[in-house]
Amino acid sequence: MQGAAGTTGAEAEMARAEVREPAPQAMPEAAPKAATRRRAKTIETRDVNLYYGDFHAVENATVTIEPNKVTALIGSSGCGKTTFLRALNRMHELTPGARVEGGITLDGQDIYAPGIDPVQVRRLVGMVFQAPNPFPTMSVYENVVAGLTLNAGRVKKSKKDEVVERSLRGAHLWNEVKDRLDRPGSGLSGGQQQRLCIARAIAVEPEVLLMDEPCSALDPVATLAIEDLIRELKNRFTIVIVTHNMQQAARASDVTAFFNLEETGQPGRLVEIGPTETIFTSPTEKATEDYVSGRFG
Amino acid sequence: MQAPADKTPPLRAAALGGGVLPDWAPYGVVAGSVLFVAALLLATGTFSVALLLVAATVVSCLAIYLWSRAVENRRRAFDRLVTFAIIAAFALALVPLLSLLFEVAKRGLPGLDWEFLTGSPRGIVGGGGAAHAIVGTLVITGVAAAISVPIGILAAIYLTEYGSGRLRKALTFFVDVMTGIPSIVAGLFAFALFAIFLGPGIRLGVMGSVALSVLMIPIVIRSSEEVLKIVPNQLREASYALGTPKWKTIVKIVLPTAFAGLITGVMIAVARIVGETAPLLVTTGIVDTINTDPFEGRMQNLAVYAYSEYRTPGVMKEASYDRAWAAALTLIAIVMLLNLVARLIYRRYRTEIR
Repeated sequence: MQGAAGTTGAEAEMARAEVREPAPQAMPEAAPKAATRRRAKTIETRDVNLYYGDFHAVENATVTIEPNKVTALIGSSGCGKTTFLRALNRMHELTPGARVEGGITLDGQDIYAPGIDPVQVRRLVGMVFQAPNPFPTMSVYENVVAGLTLNAGRVKKSKKDEVVERSLRGAHLWNEVKDRLDRPGSGLSGGQQQRLCIARAIAVEPEVLLMDEPCSALDPVATLAIEDLIRELKNRFTIVIVTHNMQQAARASDVTAFFNLEETGQPGRLVEIGPTETIFTSPTEKATEDYVSGRFG
Repeated sequence: MQAPADKTPPLRAAALGGGVLPDWAPYGVVAGSVLFVAALLLATGTFSVALLLVAATVVSCLAIYLWSRAVENRRRAFDRLVTFAIIAAFALALVPLLSLLFEVAKRGLPGLDWEFLTGSPRGIVGGGGAAHAIVGTLVITGVAAAISVPIGILAAIYLTEYGSGRLRKALTFFVDVMTGIPSIVAGLFAFALFAIFLGPGIRLGVMGSVALSVLMIPIVIRSSEEVLKIVPNQLREASYALGTPKWKTIVKIVLPTAFAGLITGVMIAVARIVGETAPLLVTTGIVDTINTDPFEGRMQNLAVYAYSEYRTPGVMKEASYDRAWAAALTLIAIVMLLNLVARLIYRRYRTEIR
């Protein structure tokens, strides 16, 4: 796949030179790379309860995250969306006092089983955070391959080069940074930094990509670029995105899950989950309808 | 002052015309008071620099307040007075430092020549140079740093990344206690430790290093802890999210990000211990030959050298005193150099965390 992509990629790039970088209509020319639709994994949660010490944050969440689809988690502030997201890649337990009850499986395998190494889980389930956080001591190049070099040790330069180009192209950042790969990662704009973090996350080829409000720190143009990118990435990964922005959920996702908080102090609950169209046009629950029509939230 | 026609309270200008003091006013007041007080003291025959400075400070504070009060308004006058007072306090704090530097430079420079820096002592009569002391200081401090830096940084890593609960609180408490240990106690500890294993009366360069590291470790721990805490948690989370184990995150992400701060902390700790005399007196002894092996025999160092040249001068007293001052000046120069290097390293390696 890589050898062919090298030449066609260069031609496609020149053909796309005038086209705005993140434009989706560029996709057909780049088709040889993105065409292979890789079947990613399913995440299923059953009656998951999440706690911070004694505080019950999320109650009985039962969700199926379908493969190669974008699932959006929406809901008002403090309802547990981010907590739930972090439980999916075993980051929730890093907070002192936090614990998880219930079952979460990745393609049928329980990720909280006693013998399972959380580090391995996190290699399969990647995460992009709200505020871009490129490693400041590393250049753009080193940032992208950080997932590889930190874990696999010695990696051949040719392999690293290939991974960097593939990931940066995948994140629609290649053209903007290809001449400054050796400069520090922190020298880019906000939108570029976030795309760099996405490139870093996809470089390790996870099965699932979790995104915690990836666009909330970005301007509308950068947001659009990231949303286009998400649409493209779902061919290769399963994507779960937490967002405050309902329009974004409506635009970018296939499945939407609505979390709600009855009142402060109560745990957040999953109220409804379904295809995005349905949730936004004819939801079943009244709370969902109230939220998506803007009556609260 | 004419009264305004409308009812709103006027912005009242100063009583005597609403003016502002000229820009040169503060400097003029200081110069004027110095001259005034000097003239007064000379006239009454009680001139002394200290008296001049104190009196001039008081007079100028008073003068600026009154002048400003007359020309401007009360608030501005008070503002100027407080400015003067703060500057005076700062100057007061600086005076001992500057006086010290001046004195050491004045007395040390004559003795600071090539012979001093590179020659070894010549016999019992005295004379020669302090190369053995300089070499000794560098060796002892180097070995102390080699002991303290790994222990200190690893302990700081434990306290910030892994520690929790009672053990961490206990450790922090003991580190705080250690920062207050008198240096002679550290020296006696090292002395006793080596006496147990190697018999009393032993004097080794490495004993001095052990004593100094007892003093150095808490400083390294404290400053490293602060620096590690500043590394944003988001960087660690980004690394965990890539599936990196915790220890690797620390080694490859946290430590490089904190590198500049860690080095600065180490340099400051080294600068602190490089001039310690008491612990070295009881551990490394006094000797006249160049010794570069910390595990073998006595080793001279600059601090103890200055002391011994003063305490037991050779036949030519003045020359010995000169050498003692020169040794003190060399020590100050070393500390300044270390601080400078620390600043340069910090600037070069500091990472902008945006």
